[in-house]
Amino acid sequence: MSHSSSSPSTTERQESSENSLVPAKKRIGDSVFKGLSTGSGVLILVVLALVALFLIMQALPALTTSPDLLMQQGYGPFWSWVIPIAFGTVYSSFLALLFAVPVGMGIALFISHYAPRQLAQPLGYVIDLLAAVPSVVFGLWGANAFAPSVNTAWIWLNRNMGWFPPFGGQASGTGRTMLTASLVLAVMILPIITSLCREVFLQAPKLHEEAALALGATRWEMIRMSVLPFARAGIISAVMLALGRALGETMAVAMILSGANVINWQVLTGTNSNTIAATIALNFPEAFGLRVNQLIAGGLVLFVITLAVNMLARWVVSRRAAFSGAN
Amino acid sequence: MSTTATAPKSSRHEASSLTAGQLPSWSTWVALVASIVVAALLTVAFGGFNLVGALALGALLFLVVMHVWSMSVEGGRKAVDRLAKHLVVAAFVIALIPLVWVIWSTLTQGLPRMDVTFFTNSMRSVVGQGGGLAHALTGTLWVTGIATLISVPIGLLTAVYLSEYGHGRLARGITFFVDVMTGIPSIVAGLFAYSLMTMLRGPGTQNGLAGAIALSVLMIPVVVRSTEELLRIVPNELREASYALGVPKWATIMKVVIPTAISGIVSGVILAIARIIGETAPLMIAAGFTASQNMNPLNNAMMTMPVFVYDQYAHPGVPVAPYHERAWAGALTLILLVMALNLLGRLIARRFAPKTAGR
Amino acid sequence: MKKKLVAPLAIMAAATLAFSGCAANESGNSSSAGASDANLSGTLTGRGASSMRAAQEKWVADFQTKNPGVTVNYSPDGSGAGREAFTAGAVQFAGSDRALKDTEMGAGKFARCTPESNALNLPVYISPIAVIYNVQGVKDLKLDADTLAGIFSGKITKWNDPKIKALNASANLPATNITAVHRSDDSGTTNNFTDYLGKASTVWGQDASDTWPKNFKGEAAKGTSGVVDAVKTGTGTIGYADESATQGLDIADLKVGNEFVKPTPEAAAKIVDGSEKVAGRAEHDWALNLNRKAEGAYPAVLVSYAIVCEDYKDDKDAQLVKSYVGYIASADGQKSASESAGNAPLSDKMAENIKAAIDSIK
Repeated sequence: MSHSSSSPSTTERQESSENSLVPAKKRIGDSVFKGLSTGSGVLILVVLALVALFLIMQALPALTTSPDLLMQQGYGPFWSWVIPIAFGTVYSSFLALLFAVPVGMGIALFISHYAPRQLAQPLGYVIDLLAAVPSVVFGLWGANAFAPSVNTAWIWLNRNMGWFPPFGGQASGTGRTMLTASLVLAVMILPIITSLCREVFLQAPKLHEEAALALGATRWEMIRMSVLPFARAGIISAVMLALGRALGETMAVAMILSGANVINWQVLTGTNSNTIAATIALNFPEAFGLRVNQLIAGGLVLFVITLAVNMLARWVVSRRAAFSGAN
Repeated sequence: MSTTATAPKSSRHEASSLTAGQLPSWSTWVALVASIVVAALLTVAFGGFNLVGALALGALLFLVVMHVWSMSVEGGRKAVDRLAKHLVVAAFVIALIPLVWVIWSTLTQGLPRMDVTFFTNSMRSVVGQGGGLAHALTGTLWVTGIATLISVPIGLLTAVYLSEYGHGRLARGITFFVDVMTGIPSIVAGLFAYSLMTMLRGPGTQNGLAGAIALSVLMIPVVVRSTEELLRIVPNELREASYALGVPKWATIMKVVIPTAISGIVSGVILAIARIIGETAPLMIAAGFTASQNMNPLNNAMMTMPVFVYDQYAHPGVPVAPYHERAWAGALTLILLVMALNLLGRLIARRFAPKTAGR
Repeated sequence: MKKKLVAPLAIMAAATLAFSGCAANESGNSSSAGASDANLSGTLTGRGASSMRAAQEKWVADFQTKNPGVTVNYSPDGSGAGREAFTAGAVQFAGSDRALKDTEMGAGKFARCTPESNALNLPVYISPIAVIYNVQGVKDLKLDADTLAGIFSGKITKWNDPKIKALNASANLPATNITAVHRSDDSGTTNNFTDYLGKASTVWGQDASDTWPKNFKGEAAKGTSGVVDAVKTGTGTIGYADESATQGLDIADLKVGNEFVKPTPEAAAKIVDGSEKVAGRAEHDWALNLNRKAEGAYPAVLVSYAIVCEDYKDDKDAQLVKSYVGYIASADGQKSASESAGNAPLSDKMAENIKAAIDSIK
């Protein structure tokens, strides 16, 4: 991130140094505009702080009561309850990204650099259509059309590739497995990745591209050398946004996944690790008293997971930024 | 394989040196058809013909065959280029499968109920056949409209701050926490809005505004995130040229930076709307549930389309058919609505965009 | 810049206006007011169990037709949400798949009731829980509580298990795996089903609970519709769901005493008559301890309650609740709902008790 943010800040610095030489006229428009945009940024922080405060206040009763009481009135001791679903959240999102990132970037490249020019825009529109499908519909489709259809393939995988640990175990009879759910998740986050990546790829400097081609690079080499490095920050942004969606996706996972409160690496069985968001959605309607607090505490954990994942991603980007050739 | 591949190479070498060491243009199609035929035969050999299996296996076979063929004729660099091209096209085709499938299921099951009654009637006092989603449609327009009015200015201005003004701790903090905000589970946003309303208007207040607040919490980070990235890649030369002409910074941003990125910004906003317009859980909590038309987003429960779809699917009466038909027709309407918004967004983008933007 | 903005804004405004008209079926309502027997008006809000959503839809429609000035909203948010909202005073009545517990009851705990008033639990919705299955070539499956508990706890894993064979001598049971589907969401249906398995079988060994016991494997699906769809589309599946939602699926008979009983409304209603009130409740509170072994009664039954105040702070609330819940519990209301929701009408005896209770609401 830091490398791409460096460009506006250098202009800023240049400007201020100019100001010190020739005192520029103070413009009301500028200060109003700056005030407004800074204000919006601060407002976001305030909203987030309010949400966090609300979460913590509501979660506190579940975190402070004794495990015995939670056993009786809640869903069991907090940590042993939350760790399996936290695992499920991360695992399903990881699998979804595994499928969606290569495909999504491929589509974006197809639209930006491979498809005929007249076709590029309509094709982008077609993929954006996927974003138009609400998650309830993905849930309905995933549970009633997709899962029964792919189950034959899953059983085949389980029988013939069962030696590969994730494919082992007793195959599901309904197809509502982790693999199905993460594939649907992947489809849901695909338009997010594609749309952002496409825009970024299209903005790659034409001069760099043409220079690469003129030096005899093949199309792929040109993409690898001039488009991808330029787009790295944008790609990571897109992936983070998609990850956020995948981590927090509620209804589709709740309707498709046959989940339980267990840790299970196997992706073809009927007993899968549920996700935090789905657990909240599934249990909230019947929750009462302490159980509500426990579910919200689960939400707080999801919040913390997102925080951690983001910090990790930022750290990775900042480490790589030094070697990047962009800008 | 190698003998057939080298034969045309040597014969063409004499014919034209320009096309030497290249695969003929028909090679892709021949290899594709051949691979699929071989794969189909393979599925027949191993327990019965299977169209999906044949296509999947054929595609894999094609990738390998084409790579090897190209490698032997054109050399490594060209072969990798071809492989990349085929993978990119494959990615696009793979994405089309679920898209077509979802749209097909929705169309076949939703079309029977796409009649006039469906759009002019609400579900008030309707049991079994008939009824419609007029109340849910207005509710969704209200709730999503308010959410957009809240989120887009805040999101856009924040993105401007981050890309044009922000540096130092505050900007880094905002960037980071916006990312965190994308991870707020939707149901938590709903609970937040619900308890905010409880504090402001007394216990159990459910109204359209609460729904819009919940959706805004979900929408703002998406708008910021997608917009910021696009503002950042607006070339600095444009800004500098504008400054050089004596244009103030705010006007530069409004008239140069944002219009340059407008097509991306609009598709980001549309994506954000698409993201929230289908939210069910937070709206059920914050905006509530009713079978009647409600035109006042400040008072009483307001029905929305995803809640309508979910309710019709999840809690049907006897017989089930009319309820499920309404659910699918509602889903189809929702998709059409987002498509319409998308088109509208693109029209707006085209009006604002500079004439020579992008490709 | 200004000019460019106008056109899109105009389109949006036009679109909003186009949809802003009143719904066609709602405009005529106020004119038919002359036909109503009481001049009630206002909005009555209830929240709670999704199990009685279909029945509530019918009741609301009937009631609003008779009283055009009233709007009744019943949100099927779930029993827990309903109890929470009723306690906080957010709604005038709650629908719940279980009665309030002794610890949750008490005068002054409910925001809409007067400080001296307690809540009333009134059973208004009875629905048999059917055991549904999808096994090729098997019809008329018969099961007893122990076998059912064995299947759902994962101890019986094949359809041709000797225990199932013993009950279905004539059936052609395949050697396929059993996929037992349960609810992934917390639900009153699960609570009543596990209560039945716990009380009627010797091998279950768990208390009744809204959540499916963690140690028992099997597959999970969301909501009644989810379970029905999973059973329908899976292979070798078995599950449990409200009887009304199970059209077109095979339903197992359950053994009670020495006979096998089908989940008919009549057989389900019997269990309510054969059950006793929870000890220590007020005269008009009808929280029940269900007797899962009652002779001739279908044992897996879901009973949902309407939770109301003994005495409302606002007389208008009391009036609306009395006439609406009064209609629900009446013979007309019960019959009307059972036609469109497939629930079991209350027996005459219970209906009389509930009527007396509703008359006592102030």
